[in-house]
Amino acid sequence: MGMTITEKILAKSAKKSKVEPGETIWLNVDVLMTHDVCGPPTIGIWKREFGDAAKIWDKDKLVIFPDHYIFTKNPQANRNVEILRQFANDYNIQNYYDVGTDRYKGVCHVALAEEGYNVPGTVLFGTDSHTCTSGAFGMFSTGVGNTDAAFILGTGKIWERVPESLKFTFNGEIPNYLTAKDLILKVLGDITTDGWTYRALEFAGEGVLSLSVDERMTLTNMAIEAGAMNGIIAADEVIEDYVRKRTNQKYEIFYSDSDAKYLSEFNYDVSKLEPSVAKPHSPDNYDIVRNVQGTKLTKCYIGSCTGGKLSDFVSAAKIIFGNEVKVPTFIVPASTNVASQLEVETISGISLKEIFEKAGCTIAQSSCAACLGGPMDTVGRAQDNEVIISTTNRNFPGRMGSKKASVYLASPLTVAASAITGVITDPRDYL
Amino acid sequence: MNKKIVGKAFVLGNNIDTDQIIPAEHLVYSLTDPEEKKKYGQFALSGVPPAHAGLPKGQTSFIEGDNYQSEFNIVIGGSNFGCGSSREHAPFALQVAGVQAIIAEYYARIFYRNSVDGGFLIPYESKDKINDKIKTGDELEIDLIENKVTNKSTGDVFSLNPLGDVLPIVEAGDIFGYARQKGMMNLPAGRQVR
Repeated sequence: MGMTITEKILAKSAKKSKVEPGETIWLNVDVLMTHDVCGPPTIGIWKREFGDAAKIWDKDKLVIFPDHYIFTKNPQANRNVEILRQFANDYNIQNYYDVGTDRYKGVCHVALAEEGYNVPGTVLFGTDSHTCTSGAFGMFSTGVGNTDAAFILGTGKIWERVPESLKFTFNGEIPNYLTAKDLILKVLGDITTDGWTYRALEFAGEGVLSLSVDERMTLTNMAIEAGAMNGIIAADEVIEDYVRKRTNQKYEIFYSDSDAKYLSEFNYDVSKLEPSVAKPHSPDNYDIVRNVQGTKLTKCYIGSCTGGKLSDFVSAAKIIFGNEVKVPTFIVPASTNVASQLEVETISGISLKEIFEKAGCTIAQSSCAACLGGPMDTVGRAQDNEVIISTTNRNFPGRMGSKKASVYLASPLTVAASAITGVITDPRDYL
Repeated sequence: MNKKIVGKAFVLGNNIDTDQIIPAEHLVYSLTDPEEKKKYGQFALSGVPPAHAGLPKGQTSFIEGDNYQSEFNIVIGGSNFGCGSSREHAPFALQVAGVQAIIAEYYARIFYRNSVDGGFLIPYESKDKINDKIKTGDELEIDLIENKVTNKSTGDVFSLNPLGDVLPIVEAGDIFGYARQKGMMNLPAGRQVR
């Protein structure tokens, strides 16, 4: 019996010739990533357990991106960034991207890709559930808590149960009114938020390989919304080209064997899919935009690791171009690199930044911002019983701030069309 | 490891996510400062919409007023308990509030790992759905040897799935205790095993 990509990478990491689903194995970790919310407690546990002489297993493999609560006056949030800064200084951590310097990057999952830490065939753990995003690079990546991260920090090792794999094949050509967000919302609607607890989601097919790197990351990013351990797409020349521009590290590309075993296989004809939303209060509360169009909104939000990449803003700008937004609309580039690209990328000679500014959008600094609510002074935070449409990844009660708010998740095209009308709107009406 | 956990049940529904267990705005507090960490107990389960808090009636406070410890030390959930973010603050907050065990049909992966590897509480899986058979405030007794829970208020007995692969970690206190026992690495003697 053959193996899937995920099984092959885990076997390599565990120094075994073969692994099987359900088997508990010890992995050798290639990269550990943490941020300002989970970094300080991780460091605290590591010091408590390994004592005064605590040593980092491999400094070059530790990457720290402060990104969650950055532009806030909250003293405890600022203290957390100060703890990271002190730690990076004390232990001479080169891969620390400090707030308030030109090294600051923004949202970790996007920055991991941009800074060359995503490498095909490797194993990445991060103290964030959306660490699965990196699976778009043909690597194994998943989230862990502070204790597991502290254990990795001291040993470079962690236990994991080999997941069963599921395969999603997208066939056909993606129409211009759909993005990867519509695809993954459809998948979540079909399989629900706990459909794949502890499992590996593998995405394949011409519909996937025709996607840009940004868009592939939207697919793998939301694997966790199905409860999955990881999402993964085999690397191809598009990924190789992206990686080679950012790192000299050697990489190995794995493919699933033709006789690999999948728990289930799903096939989608993308040409037949519709613009999608997840209604309040769960990412699997699927509907098509047509069924909720006309719903009055108080706010639109385009940002986060899921929906704040350059491709997301290019999509949104196509619709916002030449229009004015009818409700407060927040543009939050995931990374400082994406923010600078908004000034470079143009439509009819006008930069995306100018298009958004002229339309009356609020452009915020790069961070996780209101995707997860955050401190009270976070830009775009949900207030009271607001009704919001957002390109982010979760709409659980209170996720964006107020417990009373209702959040719809949608593609940047749908959010943009809704921004210029003030009600939920199908992007096909404006393309 | 104690052989029995006795106490009052707090009953919740399906898909209790980490934003409901500890809302993101509270993730800024220290987890080590003895006074500040009480905030995690104070706001544990504060994100659960009131209608769903303390089933079947709902509208039940898990924490009264400014307290940081709950009168309920066993949480009963449905499917997919702990889904959402990777925040270890979630099982930590429940532990600070005094929760010793959760019984749910199944858990999100990271929450389950965090509970076990961090040694915060025991995440038991019930063989069947039980959050519609236990009421908030019922007196329960979990038998950790026999893998069963008795509802002393009604006399009902429910089976629990054995902890399986993670039992040695639960028995050792946490992943560090386990690694020390196994001589897996050169860890200093460290804390007392909980």
